[in-house]
Amino acid sequence: MSGAAGAARKAQGLSDELIAEHGLSPEEYTLLLKELGREPSLTELGIFSVMWSEHCSYKSSRVWLKRLPTTGPQVIMGPGENAGVVDLGDGQAAVFKMESHNHPSTSSPIRGPATGVGGIMRDVFTMGARPVANMNALRFGSAEHAKTRHLVAGVVSGIGDYGNCMGVPTVGGETNFDARYNDNILVNAMCVGLVDANRIFTSAAKGVGLPVVYVGSKTGRDGIHGATMASAEFDEASEEKRPTVQVATPSTEKLLLEACLELMAEDAIVGIQDMGAAGLTSSSVEMADKGGRRIELDLDHVPMREDGMTAYEMLLSESQERMLMVLKPGAEPIAQRIFEKWALDFAVIGHTTDTGHMVVRHNGVVEADIPLPALAHAAPIYERPWVTRPKLPMIAPEDVTAPDSILGALECLMGSPHLASRRWIYEQYDHMVMADTVQRPGGDAAVVRVHGTRKGLAISCDVTPRYCAADPQEGAKQAIAECWRNLTATGAVPLAITDCMNFGNPQRPEIMGEFVGAVEGMREACTALDFPVVSGNVSLYNETMGGAIPPTPAIGGVGLIADIADMATVALKQDGDLLLLLGAEAGHLGQSTYMQVMMDRLEGAPPPVDLGAERRTGDMVRALIKAGAVSSVHDVSDGGVLVAIAEMALAGDRGVALEPAAGGLPAHASWFGEDQARYVVAASPGKADAIHKAAAVAEVPVRVLGTVGGDAIALHGETPLPLLALKTAHEDWLPRFMAHG
Amino acid sequence: MKASVIVFPGSNCDRDAAVALEAALGKAPTMVWHGDAELPQSDLIVLPGGFSYGDYLRSGAMAAHSPVMREVVARAKAGTPVLGICNGFQVLTESGLLPGVLMRNASLRFICKDVMLKVERNDTLFARHYAEGEVVRIPIAHKDGAYFADEDTLDRLEGENRVASVIARRAARRRRQNPNGSRRNIAGIYNETGTVLGLMPHPERLADAALSGTDGAKMFTSLVETLH
Repeated sequence: MSGAAGAARKAQGLSDELIAEHGLSPEEYTLLLKELGREPSLTELGIFSVMWSEHCSYKSSRVWLKRLPTTGPQVIMGPGENAGVVDLGDGQAAVFKMESHNHPSTSSPIRGPATGVGGIMRDVFTMGARPVANMNALRFGSAEHAKTRHLVAGVVSGIGDYGNCMGVPTVGGETNFDARYNDNILVNAMCVGLVDANRIFTSAAKGVGLPVVYVGSKTGRDGIHGATMASAEFDEASEEKRPTVQVATPSTEKLLLEACLELMAEDAIVGIQDMGAAGLTSSSVEMADKGGRRIELDLDHVPMREDGMTAYEMLLSESQERMLMVLKPGAEPIAQRIFEKWALDFAVIGHTTDTGHMVVRHNGVVEADIPLPALAHAAPIYERPWVTRPKLPMIAPEDVTAPDSILGALECLMGSPHLASRRWIYEQYDHMVMADTVQRPGGDAAVVRVHGTRKGLAISCDVTPRYCAADPQEGAKQAIAECWRNLTATGAVPLAITDCMNFGNPQRPEIMGEFVGAVEGMREACTALDFPVVSGNVSLYNETMGGAIPPTPAIGGVGLIADIADMATVALKQDGDLLLLLGAEAGHLGQSTYMQVMMDRLEGAPPPVDLGAERRTGDMVRALIKAGAVSSVHDVSDGGVLVAIAEMALAGDRGVALEPAAGGLPAHASWFGEDQARYVVAASPGKADAIHKAAAVAEVPVRVLGTVGGDAIALHGETPLPLLALKTAHEDWLPRFMAHG
Repeated sequence: MKASVIVFPGSNCDRDAAVALEAALGKAPTMVWHGDAELPQSDLIVLPGGFSYGDYLRSGAMAAHSPVMREVVARAKAGTPVLGICNGFQVLTESGLLPGVLMRNASLRFICKDVMLKVERNDTLFARHYAEGEVVRIPIAHKDGAYFADEDTLDRLEGENRVASVIARRAARRRRQNPNGSRRNIAGIYNETGTVLGLMPHPERLADAALSGTDGAKMFTSLVETLH
């Protein structure tokens, strides 16, 4: 550290400890001094601290994220705005994003997830879109871990209470249990909204002398330094950081949503930005910087929930349900009328300027005066050192022990924590409000109708953490491929994804290597499948005392079904239908659910992803759905073909009689192998020819699996497994676990 | 027929109710803001589902005291039909138009799922398109849906044939699955004249063939035909 900086700091009373507590390294502090040209005040230090935090600046991830494909004819807006926007035709667009709330949820398992859901919905309606669907991707510790039950109960109720009160359906998601999340659970929330493509709002505050308006809830002391907390590892002291978790008030957000949409219908708003991480600071910097203008705020006008807050506290508060907007000249009265109608605070707290600076006054004193580029663009960008780890060996199917009985193993798998029904969770979410949920939770993807049309939006959240842990690149590829497949299995054309990149401490080269590998896998898959990234979020430092989570690049995909009459579902519908497997079989059991459940270990390389085969097979399946050739469709993923069949049987309450397994493979590898690029379809026998022909053209292997009918899963040479027993195993695990097991 | 849907701050099934009404009626109902003391002339008033005022005190308790409710109560007492769905039912009990109260579900959790309901009577303007005793599939979505009243009131409701629908057995030989702990499996009740109906399940959510069921639609077609 330079001596000069040290001396000046002493004059200001900013100790090394104080600077370190603000998450700034000595090098970063030196850079700050250079950018500012003088010592910062404490308030200014706080502002830099949040704006340069990992959470706000993406300083470790930015160089890699640039490599992801973000464009395509369907993309209206890619990363950089509050959420991504894709074209749905007919002048309509979908706005969506996924975001993490991991650190707050680990600290506070009800409020953390709730405010995460609130934040992601604000990102969507800030852009003028009405949220129409929520999803969430949850990773908990192992079922045996003492805290897991308590965390599941809290997270689900927190998410439910927020989304339910908002009247936005929570239509699905995914949940994993894995000991590697014991001390760092992950809560990733996704929101999808609908907007007219010519009515999209952004944060850019173009123009000088325009009023800057604060609306929503009052400001309190909650959440101060939430962004800094989300940029550090947990240690024993983290328990003391609980007050940094924000308070959730969903009923206020519902009013804020309606008030914002009402005002957006008027010609009043120049730019709008929600106050999320780093609250008033980051929203005002964002707006002023994007508009190419500057901003002056007078904190005396900020609506306050408590007395005596300092400028520092007001600027860093993460109180929820607040928005900042820049209005057109003279639009204040109409905005005020609307916000007062909805009983929300409304205050003009500043104006745009052309001074080049962000100036903040409080009690007549200038508390901060910072050149904006220093905040928005001067944050350090790190190309952190990284290492890749050696690839794990492929495990031959013959080297994995066979079960005593195939159907017995199926029952075990379906009743395991990894595959058991998530009904206990999704029944706590209102998944039907808005009356457009045409495919409910439990299928491959949820589908919500575009209100007032025949179009459907298919939505799915996917990643297989155990694959990513074994091979970050192949695992990330698989996450994209599975998401694309899930959308395809409903008949949707996959449009684009949002991502939520959850990793450990990027200052460790092996963790940075996981990140780099995952981005590369995503890049390959997104490119090959024309499935660009339009928004996303990075959550690093998911570690406790040196133990990192598995790399978890959660993918949220959106697809479009032109006419919901053509939508496919997983449920078997007709006795006598043929069950067919589309896609090549190699019996890959490395990192499989079979290995995890039946052998209690996870070894070897994850299944390789052939993106060409994914594309060919998926495009064919979508065409078969459109042509009405198949009566049900399910993608093959965790647990392999037999689990896919069992899920189709349970969903349709119809049994199946199965043919013997594929020749040339051990039976358990054929039934439980997790080879990618595969679908199980049911079709009336009359359609079989058409399917075989299409498959021949697409060069996709087809195998007849069996016939639909009866009330059991029947397999030659084994005692049939009654559907009722299968259903009991599948449905009972989670409720029993939650009722103290 | 003119229908009005009351919108409280925090109502979130107002649009769903309006869509179902419009499908049956052929024209949109009037959306009435809770702060308006003026209520347009209406042949039917709907109190929709949601979380009025955040439901922080007791569900429906704050909404029952909003300006528009004085007029709703007066109209109901004068015979105007009123339908309260979910939070609307809670508002009806809180405003005294219906007896009893909706308590927290026995599981203490929010529950969203389809339930089978038995339509107890079909001689009302809400139910004439159903058969008496018909079993229908309608979703619930609530945290406070356990109907409670003292034994005398429950006896009186049953004796006066004012129970609109109850949770039904899924199949003849299966156990009845009461999802929320409602007394006597009650899902909905009428006032003395059968013109005010409070219902925890959401008929407006299954009133469209694209939504995997249309059992709710008959309530809206019944209303439209009766009130025409």
